[in-house]
Amino acid sequence: MSEQHPPPAPGRGDPQRRPRRETVTYASAHGARTTVPGPARRHAVHPPARSEIDEQTTLGHTYVRSLMRSQLRAALTALGALALLVGSLPLLLALPAPEAFVWLALGVGVYPVVWGTAHWYVRRAERNERDFTGLVER
Amino acid sequence: MNQTYAVAAVTAVVLATVLIGALGLRISRTTSDFYVASRTVRPGLNAAAISGEYLSAASFLGIAGLVLVQGPAMLWYPVGYTAGYLVLLVLVAAPLRRSGAYTLSDFAEARLESPQVRRLASLFVVGIGWLYLLPQLQGAGLTLEILTGAPDWVGGLLVALVVTGTVAAGGMRSITFVQAFQYWLKLTALLVPVLFLLAAWYGDGAPRARFDAPAVLRGHTVVKVADTVRIGLDAPLTLTVTGSVDSVPYEKRTVTLAPGTHHVLGGTTLAFAPGAALPERVASGTDPLGWSQPLAGGRDGHQLYATYGLILATFLGTMGLPHVAVRFYTSPNGRAARRTTLVVLGLVGAFYLLPPLYGALGRIYAPELALTGSADAAVLVLPDRILGGLLGDLLGALLAGGAFAAFLSTASGLTMSVAGVLTQDVLPSRGVRHFRLATLLATAVPLAVGVFASKVPVADAVGLAFAVSASSFCPLLVLGIWWRRLTPPGATAGLLLGGGSALAAVMATRAGLAPEGWPHTLMAWPAVWSVPLGFLTMVLVSLATPRRVPSGTPALLARLHLPEEIIGTVPGPAHEVRR
Repeated sequence: MSEQHPPPAPGRGDPQRRPRRETVTYASAHGARTTVPGPARRHAVHPPARSEIDEQTTLGHTYVRSLMRSQLRAALTALGALALLVGSLPLLLALPAPEAFVWLALGVGVYPVVWGTAHWYVRRAERNERDFTGLVER
Repeated sequence: MNQTYAVAAVTAVVLATVLIGALGLRISRTTSDFYVASRTVRPGLNAAAISGEYLSAASFLGIAGLVLVQGPAMLWYPVGYTAGYLVLLVLVAAPLRRSGAYTLSDFAEARLESPQVRRLASLFVVGIGWLYLLPQLQGAGLTLEILTGAPDWVGGLLVALVVTGTVAAGGMRSITFVQAFQYWLKLTALLVPVLFLLAAWYGDGAPRARFDAPAVLRGHTVVKVADTVRIGLDAPLTLTVTGSVDSVPYEKRTVTLAPGTHHVLGGTTLAFAPGAALPERVASGTDPLGWSQPLAGGRDGHQLYATYGLILATFLGTMGLPHVAVRFYTSPNGRAARRTTLVVLGLVGAFYLLPPLYGALGRIYAPELALTGSADAAVLVLPDRILGGLLGDLLGALLAGGAFAAFLSTASGLTMSVAGVLTQDVLPSRGVRHFRLATLLATAVPLAVGVFASKVPVADAVGLAFAVSASSFCPLLVLGIWWRRLTPPGATAGLLLGGGSALAAVMATRAGLAPEGWPHTLMAWPAVWSVPLGFLTMVLVSLATPRRVPSGTPALLARLHLPEEIIGTVPGPAHEVRR
């Protein structure tokens, strides 16, 4: 869905620079490409999607669930990488390996792998949140 | 070793801690300042503070000691301590910050709307905190004993006094400054000496550390065995004994011991000739050294099981450590909490490149420490052993200062969180004055226990706290954050069964009750079975009590996962009003 929107302006938290809010229909919020441009047809204090969340309607819960699912998917991917790359090492090292390999793998090699996985996750999680904010705040 | 420099270094670290703490006291005005630094701590400062707090005696001294005795398989400890932060980052960091919970008890109560679950969580926070504080104080005692010959309770008392003072006086704000300073101090204290040591090692012809064969002593070596040990010999060994071996008393007699197992009484002095092969210490159920033994090799199944036990405990246990959880509250928002954790991973990972080097150098230059039972001191004695002279004294003093920074920072963080929970859930009324009383209680109990409890390698002792945390708080946090159907009875049952069984297994092992062989391995490394037990119990009991799902669950989960700019209109957590 994010491809429908311009990339978020830098300094997002700053209210002055936030993109102008637009009213969206339920269909457009759910990915249909028929966004109605032009003047807003009804006036709400918050954009509708956001009101749904604030008022805890069924639709609001659906929004929250969709964010939770995408965040959980990112988390499980990162954990899968950790299990595959680091969690499999005890089995690998149970094979007769030269001692230098044990030292290099556990003493040095693991750390960049862990940091790289974390870096990927942070970027992914922030992107999920940006997409979600874009979705409900249009 | 020259005591003057070391004492000066330790004094300087203690004074700097108190001074920086006092600086925080002048800024610390409101109650919110006192507890959580008003949540204005920047990611850089906060990350250094988190790392400073996290890198304890187990990291600074313990890893090198274990590597010296048991070899590179022990590197799983630092790997686990680091990867634990990755698991914490992806599953817990941002939602925990957004929950607005200050302690794990706050989280339990907010998520499950149940004072009973809160009280149970508080018990676990205090228990894990004390389990973790104990080795810090014992490590301090050992360090001061090695440096100055003071009785082993003096160092623990010193650390307890300084920590109680700074925490009670300044609260979290001053702790943040102190912790950040101590991270950089610890890194410098390990990095500078190791450069000199490696240069000297290279100049010495770069001898290899051998872990697959008994270490060979490089010079004439005199070892005083502190506690009674059993040693194993592959070949006959000639040495000079003062004391008792195999119940035969000797007085400066040259003895040849036959191959096999021998019993050396505590207090015995053994003198080895240059080139002698150092006898290996043989583990037994009551010998705490035996705990890590399965990790290092020997019986195959045991080693693999123990390694995965350690991996599960450290990977999943980090998120439930009381002093770690508290730190997330000081980030301004969920995104900052994630970015802070990323910086922490970098800082902690960089630090952990260093201790294994000390372990390997110790195996070459001070292998006899494995026999004396004070292998944790390897980091401290190496400069004197390898370099000697003024340079050795100065670098040794730097390391001693760094070690004290490690005790002080971790002990402060633990004291802060244990005292926070004691104030809220145990002592009758709330307020800053009671917090100060709770601080005293938080350090006094582990200090008193430490005087009586048996000595255990610090990294091992810390591993026990991780196992309990992984089996109790990990299921609570993960299911609480990601699963809608968690109920108070489910959480209670899971905490009791998972955390309780891990705690019982660990305590029985510490008390020497675990039978030899598989039962011992299973109980010393409980995480493999206790973590699934905790998760399974929580899920099954929750599913069996579907009507007890708290009514506010959807709203709370929304608050945990939505970015702050969306949730901004929702009022803050209720308990802040309470304070």
